[in-house]
Amino acid sequence: MNGVHDMGGMHGLGPIVYDPNEPVFHASWEGRVRGMVQLIAAWGLVNIDAGRHSLERLPPVDYLRWTYFEKWLAALTNRMLDAGQITAEELANGRRADGTAVATPPITGAMGAALLASVHTYTRDIAAKPLYADGDRVRARTINPEGHTRLPRYARGRFGVVTRYHGAHVYPDTNAHFAGEAPQPLYTVRFTARELWGEAANAADTVSLDLWEDYLERA
Amino acid sequence: MSNDPHHHHDHDHEHGQDVPSPTALRVKALESLLVDKGLVDPAALDAIVDAYETKIGPRNGARVVARAWTDPAYKARLLADATAAIEEIDFPAADRPHMIAVENTPDVHNLVVCTLCSCYPWTLLGLPPVWYKSSAYRSRAVIDPRGVLREFGTTLGDDVAVHVWDSTAEVRYLVVPERPAGTEGLDEDALVALVTRDSMVGVVKLAATNGAAP
Repeated sequence: MNGVHDMGGMHGLGPIVYDPNEPVFHASWEGRVRGMVQLIAAWGLVNIDAGRHSLERLPPVDYLRWTYFEKWLAALTNRMLDAGQITAEELANGRRADGTAVATPPITGAMGAALLASVHTYTRDIAAKPLYADGDRVRARTINPEGHTRLPRYARGRFGVVTRYHGAHVYPDTNAHFAGEAPQPLYTVRFTARELWGEAANAADTVSLDLWEDYLERA
Repeated sequence: MSNDPHHHHDHDHEHGQDVPSPTALRVKALESLLVDKGLVDPAALDAIVDAYETKIGPRNGARVVARAWTDPAYKARLLADATAAIEEIDFPAADRPHMIAVENTPDVHNLVVCTLCSCYPWTLLGLPPVWYKSSAYRSRAVIDPRGVLREFGTTLGDDVAVHVWDSTAEVRYLVVPERPAGTEGLDEDALVALVTRDSMVGVVKLAATNGAAP
């Protein structure tokens, strides 16, 4: 979707604010939100792509003004409501409605830390051979899907060169909508800064993106 | 829910005398509900928070960089297949993402960003800092990397190529900074202390005088 989250190349978003003494979590609730998202993911109620899509669909004004973990909180809450796991009334009360079932958590106690240590791989074996090889010239397609995509607007329609093949990876454009992993070849594609931003850019500079095969066409 | 008013610096106040912030109360309500439903175990939440705060941090990435500096064969393996080379090092509580290592040289400077969200090699560097996740960094790192670098005090000549890596997939990028001059006599353990988080994102170069900065 052409959302405010797709901000590569935008101007006017201010200076970079640097805190040399930044804590891991600014308040304890930030850590609870981070942990809850990971534990809910263990249920399969959210996946990495669906979680990102929930963030992208926050109201643009809120997306820009909220802190990072405020966005995570809203996205998690919206996801649990959308999935029918909780109701607005339960949320207001902080407890489940009378007579509803109690589940058994799949991840308990110290398993939480082990969850972080477990391997989350998004590489999959597929029969199809990759269409492109290192050095091939490609063009990022001009697409404007209303759903989730990882092809930023600033690269659409631009010409680049394949520099690395990563194997087949889970396709976010379907996985975000719980429509299957649909793994397909993933490549690093290098674009010159001048191709993306014009002649004012330094001739030596480049920007590389990791792009799935469906995002590309031969050029 | 998503339309509720939030404040930009909405820290909770549990360590002070103030009442908890509205956001802290909202999180507490959600956690209580998810626990009540059996969807979340609070002890598992405790374990996750503890792991992030005490076990996962930039020392992991610094170890990889220091080994690459001191062992040319390891560096060659790291640049060829970072996922496998990082697997050679035993970290506590660390996922093994699909990794690419990119090397800074006198001619090439690498910079990592995620324009679409906040993708970051957190198992090697810890959770990303606020500036990395900020709209300012995400918007400008791709269109004006040299301006961004200058804000971090890093000025590069026009003859140095800047290679920006926008983390758009489940591939994570680690910058191997240049080894500072004057560190020839240091062993791997001593070098680990010199390698900063920011140098492994690519926003700064390392000086021999760097302490254990972020």
